[in-house]
Amino acid sequence: MDLAKIRNFSIIAHIDHGKSTLADRVLELTKTVSGREMRAQVLDTMELERERGITIKAQAVRVTWKGHELNLIDTPGHVDFTYEVSRSLQACEGAVLVVDAAQGVEAQTVANAYLAIENDLEIVPVVNKIDLPQADPNEAAKEIAELVGGEPDDVLRISAKTGEGVAAVLDAIVERIPAPTGDPAAPARALVFDSSYDQYRGVVAFVRVVDGSFAAREPVRAMAQGTRFEAEEVGFFAPTMRAAETLGAGEVGYVITGLKDVSRLRVGDTLTSERRPASEPLPGYKDVKPMVFSGLFPTDSDDYPALRDALERLKLNDAALFYEPETSQALGFGFRCGFLGLLHMEIVRERLEREFDLDLLVTAPNVAYRVLERSADWVEVHNPAEMPRELDAVEEPYVRASIIVPKEYVGPVMELNNDRRGRFDHMEYLSPERVLLAYELPLAEIVLDYYDQLKSRTRGYASFDYDVAGFRPGDLVRVDVLIADEPVDALSMIVHRDAAYPRGRALVERLRAEIPRQYFDVAVQAAIGSRVIARETVKAKRKDVLAKCYGGDITRKRKLLEKQKAGKRRMKQVGAVEVPQEAFLAVLNLDDGSRR
Amino acid sequence: MTGPGSVRHLYVHLPFCASRCGYCDFVTVVGRGGQHAAYVRALLAELELERQTLAPELETVFLGGGTPTFTEAGQLERLLAALPPAVEVTVEANPETVTPGLAALLRRNGVDRVSLGAQTFRPELLRVLDRVAGPDDVRLAFYYLRDAGFDNISLDLIYGIPGQEPADLDADIKEALALRPEHLSCYELEAKAGTRFAHAHGDELRRQAEAMESYFERVVETLVGAGYRWYETANFARMDAGDRDLRSRHNLAYWRGRDYLGLGVGAVSTVDGRRWRTTPRLALYLAALGAGRRPPRELELLPEAVRRAERVMLGLRLDEPLPLAGFAGEVDAAALGRLERLGLARTVPLADRDAGRRAAALALTRKGRLLGDAVTADLLA
Repeated sequence: MDLAKIRNFSIIAHIDHGKSTLADRVLELTKTVSGREMRAQVLDTMELERERGITIKAQAVRVTWKGHELNLIDTPGHVDFTYEVSRSLQACEGAVLVVDAAQGVEAQTVANAYLAIENDLEIVPVVNKIDLPQADPNEAAKEIAELVGGEPDDVLRISAKTGEGVAAVLDAIVERIPAPTGDPAAPARALVFDSSYDQYRGVVAFVRVVDGSFAAREPVRAMAQGTRFEAEEVGFFAPTMRAAETLGAGEVGYVITGLKDVSRLRVGDTLTSERRPASEPLPGYKDVKPMVFSGLFPTDSDDYPALRDALERLKLNDAALFYEPETSQALGFGFRCGFLGLLHMEIVRERLEREFDLDLLVTAPNVAYRVLERSADWVEVHNPAEMPRELDAVEEPYVRASIIVPKEYVGPVMELNNDRRGRFDHMEYLSPERVLLAYELPLAEIVLDYYDQLKSRTRGYASFDYDVAGFRPGDLVRVDVLIADEPVDALSMIVHRDAAYPRGRALVERLRAEIPRQYFDVAVQAAIGSRVIARETVKAKRKDVLAKCYGGDITRKRKLLEKQKAGKRRMKQVGAVEVPQEAFLAVLNLDDGSRR
Repeated sequence: MTGPGSVRHLYVHLPFCASRCGYCDFVTVVGRGGQHAAYVRALLAELELERQTLAPELETVFLGGGTPTFTEAGQLERLLAALPPAVEVTVEANPETVTPGLAALLRRNGVDRVSLGAQTFRPELLRVLDRVAGPDDVRLAFYYLRDAGFDNISLDLIYGIPGQEPADLDADIKEALALRPEHLSCYELEAKAGTRFAHAHGDELRRQAEAMESYFERVVETLVGAGYRWYETANFARMDAGDRDLRSRHNLAYWRGRDYLGLGVGAVSTVDGRRWRTTPRLALYLAALGAGRRPPRELELLPEAVRRAERVMLGLRLDEPLPLAGFAGEVDAAALGRLERLGLARTVPLADRDAGRRAAALALTRKGRLLGDAVTADLLA
C-alpha cells in the first residue's frame, strides 16, 4: 500500500462519551461489517467489558474509505489504563477526540488529549450526542477548542448513535491526519503495541510497521529480548482476523508468533527481520509499574492452586498484572497482587470470580512504598505487614490529579483534598461554570475511598483523573492490629503519623462491631510498635440458645443450626478467635465519621 | 428404629383462640365458633386414618394450640373421650378460659397435667403481649385447677418483654413460685419474622437485647435456687416431690428423638425417618377429612445422619449426659476438646450395661447450656 493512502488513528474519549458507538458506526459506514453482523460495540470482546461499558485490550481494525486504508486502533478509556492508551497512541498519527455534547470536557478528556499532544498526534475534535435534548454542542465545542487549541468551528458535530456527521469524521481523518512516514525499502521494523494470547496459536503481536515489510514464514527477531521465531501468519483485523501476504511500512496488523510463553515477547519491543535486521530498535515504552497492591486469598484454602492457575492465565492477556505468593497468618496462602489502579484491581477481581469461579477475599489496597532500611539500601515494600519497624526513611507515591467540577463544588473538593494531604497546584476555569483543579496527592489517600468521597461531595458531578508523579518522602508509620493479643498481619496499615491515632481508633471500633461475640472477652488493639494507641473489647456472649424446641420446631431449629455452622465455616481463625472475612475489609471504610 | 404401630406419643392441635397474640407464630384460628364441631370431627377422622401408626398403649397425649381450652366445652369433651388413654395427658390452657367447670371436665376425661399460659404477672407487660388475662386470672385459674385435683400444673413464663426491667422479672418469678407449680417453662420472647409483634417491637427488642442478656441466667439461677431441676434449656421441674418425676414426659420424648404423631392443622409428625407437617389451612384440612382423605402434608425425609445430628442437637438441651456411642461421626472431637478447655462441655464416664465397660457421655456445663446453640454448632462435625 502506498504510504500516502494510509491513516492510523485512535478514538479517545472520557468514559461513556461514545467512543465505542462511533467505532461501530465507522465499521458500518465503511462496510467493514454488514448490518447483519453488526452487534453493538463489536470491538469490545470480553463479556465484562460489555457490562461495564469499558474496553480493556486495544485492538486494531482496518477499514477502507474513499481509496484510503484507515487503521482504527482502539484504546481503553479509563485512567488506570493510561499506559495502554499511550502505547496505542504511539502506533498512530492522529486521534479523534470525542466529547459528549451534554457533558462537555471531562477529566479523562483532558488526560487523553494531553497524551495525544505529547505523542505529537493530530487531533480531530468531535462533539458527539448532538441528538440529545440536553446537548449543548456550541459550549462543548468551545471547551474542546480551548483545550486542544483551534477554532470551535473546526470541531465536528455528530451523533454516533444516529450516524449523523460520521462520514465527515472519516473525511477529516483522511484530510487532517498526516500519512505515516517510514521507509518501505529500509530493513523491517515494527513496534509491538499490544499482544494477546491464543491457546492454539500462541502469542499474537499487534504491530505497527514503521520500515520495510513483514511476510508469513519469515524468521523474525524481537530486538530488545532477542527472542527469535518464525512469523506463522501476518494480517489485519476487518474486524476479524484476515491473513495477508505482507504487512508493509505504515500499516497496522498482527503477527502470529507461535510463541507459547508470553514472557518472551514484551509489548514495546521492536520486531525486525532476521534475514536483514535493522541496526536500531524503535523507541519503546517504559515498563509500567504497578502502584496499588492488595492480597488475594481464596475463601476456601483448597482453591489456592486454582487461584494460581487463574492468575497465570490472566497475566497472559494483562501484562500490567503483577503477583507473587503471599502467606498471611490470618488468611493463609494467597497472592500479593499489583495493579495499575483501583479499576484495574476491580476488573481483575471480577474476572477471577466470574471467569474462574473463585470465591476471593481481597484485602484493603495499599500503595508501594520505598523504604530506606537501617544500614541498608532502598527497598520497595508492597505489603504493610512487611514494612520494617526500624527504618531511616520512607517514600510514598504521589499523583498529579485533575478534578473537573461545576464551580459550586470547588469548596468541598478543596476540603476533601486538604483532608487527604493534597497540595494545591492550580485552578483553571474551563468555562464560566466548570473548573479544573490540579492537585498533588499521595496515592495512598486515593486508593481507599477517595473516588466515592469525591462523588458524594459533588453529587456525582466531579470527574477525576490522575497520573503517577513519583515518590516523595512521607512521615509514615505502621499501625498493627492485635486481636486477643495476636497480631493480624492482614490488618496492618501504613498511615501518616498525624492520622495514626484517629485511624487506629476507627479501625478497632469497626472491628469491634464486625467481630461476633465469642465465648470469652476479646481485646482488639491498634498499636504502633509496642505502643497501644487504641483498644476495644468484644464482650463475651452470655446467652446463645433458642428457647423453644418442641416437635414442630425441630426442622427449623436444625436448619438454623446448619446456618450457624455454615457461618462459622466462613470465619477465619485468628488464634482462638473466629473473625468474619468482612472484618478484614474493615480498613476499607474507615471514613464513616472518623475524618469527616 | 421405630416401626409402624409403635408410636407412643400423640400430639393434637386445637387452633382456636379468642384473639391472636402479637408474638404468636403458631397455627391459630380466631373465632369460628361454628367450626369447632367440624374440626373435632375431622380430628377424630384423622385419628382413625392414622391409628395403625400408634402403639396399642400410649405413653403421652398432649393437646396444644391455639387455646385448646377455648374449644367449646362439648366438643372438647367429645374429643378427650375419644382419644386413646395414656400415662400422661396434658392440655394447654389460657388462664381466662379456666373455670371450675372446665377443670372438672378435664379431670373427668383423663387429663392429669395442665400447662397454664401465665407469661407474666405484670399487667402492663401482659398488654404488650396482647394477653387477655390479668394477673388475678392466672392465680384464679391455678386455684381452680388445684381444687379440681390437678397435682401436676405447669406455668409458662415469658421474659425479655419490651419494657421489662430486671425487677419485673424477679417479681414474675417470685409470683410464679408462690403458686408452687410442679413445672415451669420459661421462654425468651422471640420476635419471629413476619409476626405483628416483630413489626411493632422488633427494633425495641434489638435495642434492649444486651440489657436483657442476663435474664436467662437470672431465671436459671433463681429457679434452681428454689429447688427446681433445670432439665431442659427452657424447662424446670420441681424436685421435692419424692419419687415423682415431674418433667414433661411428652416433651422429653421430642428431646430424646422418639417418634410422635401429630394430628390437626399444622401439626408435625415424625415417624420412621419421615417427618411431615399437615397443611396449616383449616379449610383444606376440613375438606380433605370430610371426604375421608388424608389432608395435604409437606413431607421431609430424614436420613440416618440427619436423625443422629438431631439427636445430638436435642440431647444437648437436656441435663442428662448424651452417650457418645453411636455419634462418633457427628461429634467433632477437636471442638469438644476446645469446649472442654473453655469450661463449656465435659465428657463424663458412663456405665455401659450392655458392653459391661465404661463409655463416655457428653454433657454441657451450666455456662455451656446458656450458650447451647453456639456450642452445638461447634460440636456437630
